[in-house]
Amino acid sequence: MIFLIILVGIFQSWSIALTILNYCLISAVMTIGANIQWGYAGLINFGIMGYTALGGLAVVLVSVEPVKKAWQVGGLNILACIWIIVAIIFVVKFILNRFDKSKLRNYSVASVILGGIILLRVTAAPGIEAIESVDPAKTGFLGGMGLPVLFSWIFGALLAGSLAFIIGKIALGLRADYLAIATLLIAEIIVSIIKHEEWLARGVKNVIGLKRPAPYEIDLQTSEWFINLVTKFNSSKLNLINSISDKQEALNQMIIDASSVYVKLCFTGLFLTVVIILLIVTQKALYSPWGRKMRAIRDNEEAASAMGKNIVKEHLLIFILGSAIVGLAGAMMVTNDGLFTPGSYRPMRYTFVIWVMVIVGGTGNNFGAILGGFVVWFLWVEAAPIALFLINLFTSHLPETNALRVHLIESAPYFRFLVIGIGLLLIMRYRPQGIIPEKIIKQ
Amino acid sequence: MDFLNAIIVLFNFTIIPALAYGSQLALGAIFVTLIYAVLRFANFATGDMMSFGTMFAVILTYYFQSLGFGLGVLPTALLTIPFAVLMMILYMLIIDKFVFSYYRIKKSPPVQFAMVSVGVMFVTQALIRIIIGPSDRRFLDGEKFIIKATEFKEMTGLAEGITLKSTQAITIIVTLIVVSIMFWFLNRTKTGTSMRAYSDNEDLALLSGIDPKRVVFITWVIAGILATIGGVLYGLDKSYRPFVYFNNMLPIFAAAIVGGIGNPFGAFLGGYVIAFAEIFVTYAYKRFISYLLPEHLEPDSLLQLLSTDYKFAVSFSILVIVLLIRPSGIFKGKVI
Repeated sequence: MIFLIILVGIFQSWSIALTILNYCLISAVMTIGANIQWGYAGLINFGIMGYTALGGLAVVLVSVEPVKKAWQVGGLNILACIWIIVAIIFVVKFILNRFDKSKLRNYSVASVILGGIILLRVTAAPGIEAIESVDPAKTGFLGGMGLPVLFSWIFGALLAGSLAFIIGKIALGLRADYLAIATLLIAEIIVSIIKHEEWLARGVKNVIGLKRPAPYEIDLQTSEWFINLVTKFNSSKLNLINSISDKQEALNQMIIDASSVYVKLCFTGLFLTVVIILLIVTQKALYSPWGRKMRAIRDNEEAASAMGKNIVKEHLLIFILGSAIVGLAGAMMVTNDGLFTPGSYRPMRYTFVIWVMVIVGGTGNNFGAILGGFVVWFLWVEAAPIALFLINLFTSHLPETNALRVHLIESAPYFRFLVIGIGLLLIMRYRPQGIIPEKIIKQ
Repeated sequence: MDFLNAIIVLFNFTIIPALAYGSQLALGAIFVTLIYAVLRFANFATGDMMSFGTMFAVILTYYFQSLGFGLGVLPTALLTIPFAVLMMILYMLIIDKFVFSYYRIKKSPPVQFAMVSVGVMFVTQALIRIIIGPSDRRFLDGEKFIIKATEFKEMTGLAEGITLKSTQAITIIVTLIVVSIMFWFLNRTKTGTSMRAYSDNEDLALLSGIDPKRVVFITWVIAGILATIGGVLYGLDKSYRPFVYFNNMLPIFAAAIVGGIGNPFGAFLGGYVIAFAEIFVTYAYKRFISYLLPEHLEPDSLLQLLSTDYKFAVSFSILVIVLLIRPSGIFKGKVI
């Protein structure tokens, strides 16, 4: 796998290779999250997109500077809304606990929720309008807390985890394929809320220029030590050039290239740390008594329940843990991109491809999941160039203007779906355990 | 008079669109439910299979148009449906032969089927995009409107008009015909009964001499008809775009589960439940109310419960509520 990425570095460019590597690492984090749910406990969660988006939202909420003016004009309303939501939840809980099951109880719960929603709309409307009109081209939202961006990774995990708690409470009792559909749809609801509530994170207007845990290219290009470093690395190449102006130009180009590679390397280092920590923790957990219990529940719920294991609680716990890791990955991804684009969260890319990664790599095996993340992401990105190359090869006897050839070349980007789909079908058929199957160590 | 106007506003902006949209969803939902009842898995390739059938209809429509065939006032696409259905059934049978049958014989758990259908979804999506491309296409020809708002106003002298698009009328009529033929088939013919028996209890059905291969074959044939017709009707009404079809899978699932999965009649009604809910919740009632109330009471706001951005979210929330309160669906489907 590393070899393939090095090949891309040589053939395309080092910057592209590192971008792919970074995304592979992020995908690896996501697959670890999904693998915890699917491989350890057999929970099918098609809501990965929602948690990824929440992780991204966390980056905005944590790292962006607060927009003071927006808080002044509309902050009170939003805070009031939060109180109203809390009040609704408590009232509903109170009614549910206090009274017996009856028609009257159902109606009163429904009316409390309905009344609460109307109250929410009335309170929120002026606040939202005021917030969104504060310099709409640049802000128009509440902003975040202005903290360093790395905090947002933890916050993203917390946010996704707490949402998973609510969803788990609601949906975990369902049978497997219903759970899949329910989580898929709930994720869609989350994304549509993030997309359309502009006061929260600008919605489809996107937030750009997020903070970075790594230096900026511009700063690097003007700093003394970095220029010296680049000169040192490329001294042999530079010595070949004779004229001074040419030399300076070549050096400038090298510095620009090197700065982007350097920034990406910083990210790679950070992501690699996260992946390694997660890998160690999950590996330890998998072979601990807790992991054994999880496998027991996965393989035979009734037997595990008869042995006194609390299945509902364990399922909920693992649902939260896996989702939190996916949320962390979502935060990492937005940090890497430096922008938050809610419109780009689509189930195809953020749910199904991740699932293919887990299935292809190996369910229940963390190394397998990481390998799956690498292989599938690599194919996803590189399928188009490879397909283009193959199309050119096979249609080279046809003239340039041949309709079929032009059509095929135009549709090259879509071959990635074909490759992934056929890959998944083949793996499911001939190697249902994945590339690296689950290993069970017996003591 | 004002009361009539109010009713017409409501009729024009909510009921007619909801009926048309609901019919399209209903066809898809019956497709999902049939596959679930007989083959026992949630088919995640639903949206893309509908899109695949529609693709043939689009291509054939362009071909027929170039030849000069047509149905006059009716859209040419109606003429292409039989051919598209045939291609669709062929594709489904190929997929079944090479992909699903293996897992059926092995009696794999439904989750594995669902994952396999995700693989089929990827492949189908790739084929569609490679063959026809991801862009937006309109393939509606013939007469666009049956009644225009201005004509209606002239006819009745009311302040509000009704617009009835020909696609909406075609959608509702075709759906009713297809669905009634299908229910007749399922309930009255011997093959239909054997299908229901197979869906109720596979082992008993086998014992009484029902050929499972035949049941599966018939199921895919009906599924192909439903998927293609549903897809073409949606494409005629809105426009054909592969991505949108993929997204439509979600409300279709919602409709099937709300109606009680495995129950075709439930799925049929579930489609309308979802469509009406989506449209009624996101419709701005200002104009409707302003006709009913005296002038000084006229509301300032739009009187919209949720903005139209949340159209899909409404149907999903209904699904979540139904799953919570009555997981077997409104019209008792298979017990979960």
